[in-house]
Amino acid sequence: MNALEVAASVRAGATSALEVVAESLERVAARNAEFNVFIHLDAEGALAAARRVDERVAAGETLPLAGVPVALKDNLCVRGQPTTAGSRILAGWRPPYDATVVERLAAAGAVALGKANMDEFAMGSSTETSAYGPTRNPLDPTRVPGGSSGGSAAAVAAGMVPVALGSDTGGSIRQPAALCGLVGVKPTYGLVSRYGLIAFASSLDQIGPFCATVAEAALVLEVIAGHDPLDTTSLPEPAPALVGHLDDGVAGRRVGLCRELVEGADPEVVEAVRRAAEALARAGATVEEVSIPEIKLGLSAYYLIAPAEASSNLARYDGVRYGLRVDGPDVEAMNVATRTVGFGDEVKRRIMLGTYALSAGYYDAYYGQALKVRTRMIEAFARAYARVDTLLGATAPSVAFALGAKTKDPLAMYLSDVFTIPTNLAGEAAVSVPFGAGEGGLPIGVQLLGPARSEARLLAAARVLEAEGGR
Amino acid sequence: MARLSREEVAKVARLARIALDDAELERFTDQLAQVLEHAADLEALDLAGVAPTAHPHGLVNVVREDEVRVSLERTEVLAQAPDVAEDRFSVPRIIGEAP
Repeated sequence: MNALEVAASVRAGATSALEVVAESLERVAARNAEFNVFIHLDAEGALAAARRVDERVAAGETLPLAGVPVALKDNLCVRGQPTTAGSRILAGWRPPYDATVVERLAAAGAVALGKANMDEFAMGSSTETSAYGPTRNPLDPTRVPGGSSGGSAAAVAAGMVPVALGSDTGGSIRQPAALCGLVGVKPTYGLVSRYGLIAFASSLDQIGPFCATVAEAALVLEVIAGHDPLDTTSLPEPAPALVGHLDDGVAGRRVGLCRELVEGADPEVVEAVRRAAEALARAGATVEEVSIPEIKLGLSAYYLIAPAEASSNLARYDGVRYGLRVDGPDVEAMNVATRTVGFGDEVKRRIMLGTYALSAGYYDAYYGQALKVRTRMIEAFARAYARVDTLLGATAPSVAFALGAKTKDPLAMYLSDVFTIPTNLAGEAAVSVPFGAGEGGLPIGVQLLGPARSEARLLAAARVLEAEGGR
Repeated sequence: MARLSREEVAKVARLARIALDDAELERFTDQLAQVLEHAADLEALDLAGVAPTAHPHGLVNVVREDEVRVSLERTEVLAQAPDVAEDRFSVPRIIGEAP
């Protein structure tokens, strides 16, 4: 059952949240060892929460996600539950508060089963940098699920849960959604509260949903979006209406097939994007080719800006207040020992890269220049959106790649984010939706991009592509 | 710009409070140099007069009414600390012995 069917069935009393959650836990138990999806499971807590949902339904509450089991990326704080961000440095840490999205899901009747694996501190594109071992793609266990939210994507793709939350700093929702054949939404910056999300790069991070269908993703996003006074970067308005616009279609819409968002992708991916453009045209959109050369600068700018912010955000892991401590004779030796043992190689690389980009003598050439490119990117998107409503491109350059294929070559791994990064730099919205299959029958994702607050339009377009089923 | 040197990476690691052995220093220097070489496309751009963007919507201070609210549970927070003494976070010696 998908999330909409579960919620309707639980609300109608045809099934109970307890039954749904118990079945979901059985599916996790049957397959988790194979794919390494959940790195912490709270079965007892989930069953207790399901009973409370059943009580609320019996008391007459109308809950949009009644009894829907969800997986949470392990960088989302849940009070009293292990939350590691995939890192050894937070092993055993139990947050003293809930993330706002966790509270909102629970208020809507959803039931969190536990924490999904991820690249350490969300730094990676394959879920192989996790300190808790890699997650495997349920569609082909020799391949990666993408990353950094690979555990969240795999939890839905394996049929363990209908809904998962991830976070997207440079593509970490959209790329795994593409590689696992799911719908993934990177909302407009500020639409979803980041309170209780362990920070990677604060000016880029956004939380969003993974689901099998567009309608489910729209509903989940409606539940988690909207102003939160606990996040100073939260947009001022309440959650937008999304479900009500799902059938708006694309008639009369102008779609830009963006050259730089397909260039360099595998031929089968380029072909899928072309077919998606034709499908949108058949549904009444006018499609034109557009070029945004600034997109090509995104990768370089991102790999200076995100590490710079990360080097500052991760300074807090010093062995003093929470998490791992490795003792040393004085406080600095303790700091060094803790961070050296606690962080994995990818995190160390990015901290050093960011520290370098921010250091005296290099600040202007690297970080300063990257911030100006960010301005250019925003202006270039604004010019494009003066001509078209929506941009269309690939989500990832290829279908899911083999485990270990890119772990020795960081730059090759970084290149798998080339089509998703520009949206984060601009603070705008994008959706990845499955469209057709490539090598080995593995899914291909296409990406729909729009300006800030364009989620309703993007989801309506995604729904058109979903209905075409990759043709 | 000249290729990143081992000495520069060693300095950055020190600043970031990360210890590297020789093999790691070698490997990280190569990998970081590769990423910075990819970023050379930015160095070459003439962006004089372009305003930097540090944040997509610009950052403004947000304040709330100064009223007493429930805060985090002190015992719950301290229970997460590696070492606690007298209701405070405890750390190893900060000030050295007299010479």
